[in-house]
This record gives sequence, C-alpha cells and structure tokens, in this order.
Amino acid sequence: MSTTFTNFTTFKTLNLNILQNFMAGENKIKYKIFSQVGNEIKFPPNVLEKVNKIIARYPKGKEKSALLPVLHIAQEELGGYLSVDIQDYIARLMNIQPIEVYEVATFYSQYYLDKVGKFVIEVCQTGPCAICGGEDITDYLQEKLHIKNGETTPDGIFTLRQVECLGACGYAPVMQVNTEFYELLTKEKIDRIIEELKARSDEEKPNDSKWVEKFF
Amino acid sequence: MGRKILLDTIHIPGIKTFDVYSDNGGYSAVEKALKKMTPSEVTEEVKKSGLRGRGGAGFPTGMKWSFLDSHSAQPRYLVCNADESEPGTFKDRYLIDHIPHLLIEGLIVSSYALGTSNTYIYVRGEFKQQIGILNKTIREAYEHGFLGKNILGTPFSLDIVVHAGAGAYICGEETALLESLEGKRGNPRLKPPFPAVKGLYDCPTVVNNVETLASVVPIINIGGDEYAKIGIGRSTGTKLISACGHINNPGVYEIEMGLPVQEFIYSEEYCGGIKDGKQLKALIPGGSSVPILPATLVTYTKSETPRLISYESLSEGGFESGSMLGSGGFIVYSEDDCIVRNTWNFERFYHHESCGQCSPCREGTGWLEKVLYRIEHGFGKSKDIDLLDTIAKKIEGNTICPLGDAAAWPVNSAIRHFRHEFEFHIEHPDLVKNKNHGTFDLVHSA
Repeated sequence: MSTTFTNFTTFKTLNLNILQNFMAGENKIKYKIFSQVGNEIKFPPNVLEKVNKIIARYPKGKEKSALLPVLHIAQEELGGYLSVDIQDYIARLMNIQPIEVYEVATFYSQYYLDKVGKFVIEVCQTGPCAICGGEDITDYLQEKLHIKNGETTPDGIFTLRQVECLGACGYAPVMQVNTEFYELLTKEKIDRIIEELKARSDEEKPNDSKWVEKFF
Repeated sequence: MGRKILLDTIHIPGIKTFDVYSDNGGYSAVEKALKKMTPSEVTEEVKKSGLRGRGGAGFPTGMKWSFLDSHSAQPRYLVCNADESEPGTFKDRYLIDHIPHLLIEGLIVSSYALGTSNTYIYVRGEFKQQIGILNKTIREAYEHGFLGKNILGTPFSLDIVVHAGAGAYICGEETALLESLEGKRGNPRLKPPFPAVKGLYDCPTVVNNVETLASVVPIINIGGDEYAKIGIGRSTGTKLISACGHINNPGVYEIEMGLPVQEFIYSEEYCGGIKDGKQLKALIPGGSSVPILPATLVTYTKSETPRLISYESLSEGGFESGSMLGSGGFIVYSEDDCIVRNTWNFERFYHHESCGQCSPCREGTGWLEKVLYRIEHGFGKSKDIDLLDTIAKKIEGNTICPLGDAAAWPVNSAIRHFRHEFEFHIEHPDLVKNKNHGTFDLVHSA
C-alpha cells in the first residue's frame, strides 16, 4: 500500500516537472522570436555589426578581450540567459574554444546560466546594506512575490536574487532591477516599484537596459 | 579643513557636460601638460605631489609610474580600475556620476605621461548606468579633439575604451583585472612579474584607481609642490571618503587628509553623528577588508592622540589597536549592531568572491563562513572562537592575492575587540536563536 502511495507521489512530481519544462520551453520560443532566424542561434545583423565593432576595439590578435562585453550583449539579445548553445555560438563567432567561453560564463555572477524572469531583482545582502535593513527587504520580497531567493515567478516576470555588494552602500538598502538601481528601500517603496514593473511587463524588451546602445 | 580640489565644481548645474566642464576650467590640465610639459615632467610633478594610490594600498603613484619598463619595445597600457566593489566604498561611482570629465581629463594627462596610446577603463558590470555615462563623456571628448589622433595639434594620440566587467569582486585586484580584461576568468597572477613589466597582453602596464587618476588633474593645475602642501605628512592631498552605515548623513565627502575622525563622524558638515541619537559601537574606516575599530579606538589612538583621517594615523597601533585607510569606505556601526552577524556576513561575501585558485582562501573562507554561521545562529561551540582565529591566521599571507588577507583581518580584529560578543553567542544559544544578540554597553568600556 505504502509503495503505491510513493509511486503516486513520484508520478505527480514527474508530471509537474514535465509541465514546467514544457512551459519553460514555450517561453524560450517566445523569446527567440525577436532575436533569431529560424532555430539557429544568431545575432540579428544590426547587433552583429555592433559586436564586430566591439571586437575591433581591442588590438589585433587580442580579440578575446571582447568576450565579457559580447556575453553581456548575447545575454540581452538572445533570450535573457546564456544557454550552452549560445555559449557555443559565441565561441564560434569569436574563434575561440567553447571551454574558454564556459569558464568565463560560469565565473562571473552577472551571467545567468538558467532562464530568468523579465525583471531580475537583485537585492544587496552585504554588510552595510544588511545592517540598514537589507535582510528585511529580501524577506519582504520573498513574501510578496511568493518565491524564494533564486527563483522565478510562475508568470516569468520576476526573478529574485540575493547578490553581494552593489557599490551603493551610502544609499542602503539597495537593489538592482536589470540595469536600474533602487536605493533607500522601504516596504512601501518596494510595493510601488513592483506595481510599476508589473505595469511594464508587457513591453517587448525586458527593460530600457539596451546594452548594445550603452557600448557606443 | 574644508579644501576641495576634486569636487569643487560639482555643484555647478550641467558640470557633467563638456561645455560646462570646460567653461569652468576643465581640460586646462590637458592643455598645460601637452603643450608646455614633457611626459617626464608630468611624472615628476606627480612624484613631487606625494600622491598615493586611492584604491586601497596607498602605494605612491609617481613611483608606480616610474617602474614602467621604458626600454620595452612593446606597446604600453594604462588601465583605470573602476571595478569599485569593496563593501562600504562608493566614491568612484559618485565621481563618475557627477563629474565624469574629470576622470577622462586625468586619463589623458596620465596616458601622456606614461606614453600610452591605448587606455582602458575597467568598470564593474553592475555599474551599467556609469558605463553609459562614461561612453557619452568619451564621445564628447572625441568631438572636441581631446581624444583621438593628434590631440590639440600635438603628436600625442589616445584612444580610451570602456570595458565592462560582469560581477566579480576579485577583479578589483590589479592582475585579476588584467586577466578579466583579456577575456578570461578573474584569477590573480603571481607577482613578480609586476604589471609594470608584464601586464596587459604581457606588455608594460600601469593600473590606477579612478580617484588616483582624477587627482592627477589638480596636481598638474596647481603643481606637485603645492598639492603636497595639502594634507598632513606623507598623506598628501584630499581624499574622497564614502560614509555609510548608521549615520545621519551617509554619502561621499571630499576631505583634506588630516581631518579628525571625530569631526568627520559627528559634525553636521559631514556624517552628522550617529543615527537616532544612538552610541557609536565600531568603525571600519577603509572598506570591509580592513580591521574593525571599537568605539574607544575610533576618535583617539591608543597613545591618546586624536585619530585623523590619514594613512598613518588610521594605521597607528598596527593591527593591535589600529586599522587602515584602505579605500576610504567608512562603515559606521551603532550600539544595536551585532558584530558577530556582521563578521559572518562579510565572510559569506569573501567565500562567494574567492576565485578558488589558492586552497587556503577557497577552503578557509568557507570554513570561516560556516563556523561564524553556527555561532551567529546559536549552534556555536566553546572552541569555535579559537578555531576562527586559527583558520584566519592560516589564510593570511598564504595566498597569491590579498583577498585572503582581506578575509582574515575582519575576523581577527572582530575577535580581538569584540570577543565577549562571540562568547555571548556561544553561551546563550537560546537567546541568539530568538534573534537576541545581547546588548552590550561597549561604548565606553576598554
């Protein structure tokens, strides 16, 4: 009897996993629409042109220097995170070994290796922010969005991440949403920010970040 | 004590733009250096000024420049370190936000002195807004002929590239920064060879902090000797201090070296005292990596002379009763703050940020974090305090880069000055588990 019960639970969990994977896959396709031709991972021509300009800023033979900025652009233009396929594409594009991209993509905390929401909320948890109420801010956001640190809301809008020092300690507690800094946070302020972001969640691009424009 | 030479024009509306900046005396240092001085004369002025690196180490800038291998046939590079990621420090961000042309001007003059034609600004990845500001500023400088080929009609040409990091504290260490700039993981290199001999792309390279390079502008404008008169002793000039924590007016202040810490924390002109009328418990004067000072050692040193904001005064007493100026990131703790919790927080930070190359740091920071976690959460054992001390001492000095030391010092100093708080946590697990960290009247006890 008990075996049947366990099996039933496993079956349920499995089913849920399949469902989640399916949903994630669907979102992925949605993301790909504006950045990719067919199924092949590729920068659109206007982006590729800018990427090539960035690569050209570094001395001949040292083009690998452009890897960090190019990965930022890839993350923004190709769906919000760096899948292995995207990393492989960047390796081909920059004429380097895939491992050279993997080791970099896994080292730096701003590259996301898994799917993230449209708005990535990164709350600073280091010393000065922590003593000024940063821990309460994270708790409140977890409660409000019904997700834990590192998770994404089921609608794919918000990802919550606790991060280390954002370098704005005098305006603690702080958080960063995509490229935007929000400072001197209170619970009321969080309520307002979340409302604003929800209202903007239908915009085609995740935010006004536009890394590509920022680099030139 | 209120002299400002970096941020003196910051209140002028529109100072971020080229026109307003140049109307208010901006780019005069470039004119003076390029038209009237030779590169070695510029270096000489910087040497005379006594300017010391503002990133944390306090190494004399002129001397660092003179180490650059001048016989090498390879190209040379100047790299500006804008990877400001030391907890408690946000001065470079402030400078870029408010007066970005000052940094570009400093970069042009410094590049001229060093004979480089390619200069990089390495900005931490989180500062996306600042990357935008810098790119806009550089564009303006190109448009007005201060960058590009034959600047101001002289043979000197310069290109500046803004390079984005991607979130790694370790990339503030100069050799890790260079690795990262080459498109690799930010693993620090063994020194020697120093970057001055083998730096970026194995070429002679100088890496300087944002504030250091910005300080070159007033040095050229007023002369090295005049600059050296500002400040106190071997701590010349002014320093940007970023103040945070439990104070009434957190922010970035330009102070003349030698300002008493007491005045800085309590006067209305600066921090405005401790928030909510509380008592001061402790101060970290140079970003999270430097030793913490208990209230008794903040305003006066052990020899009972007033503690001043200068390299020498803050480190007076060594690690027994002193600290370091570091990057000038003041973190102020009030009587309500728990030092154990704060130390645990910092060790979690260092564990996260350790690059993983050296075992003492990779493993040691993890152990420190775990032991501190259990003390903080009411699971501490009586031997844990000595264990922490031992781990920290075994990390210190046994790693390639200073991150290991930076992780060890906060633990050593917290135990040295606040041992009773650690003991309270271990002796009263039930209270600690209920978030009662014990209130101690430490403020006036030795």
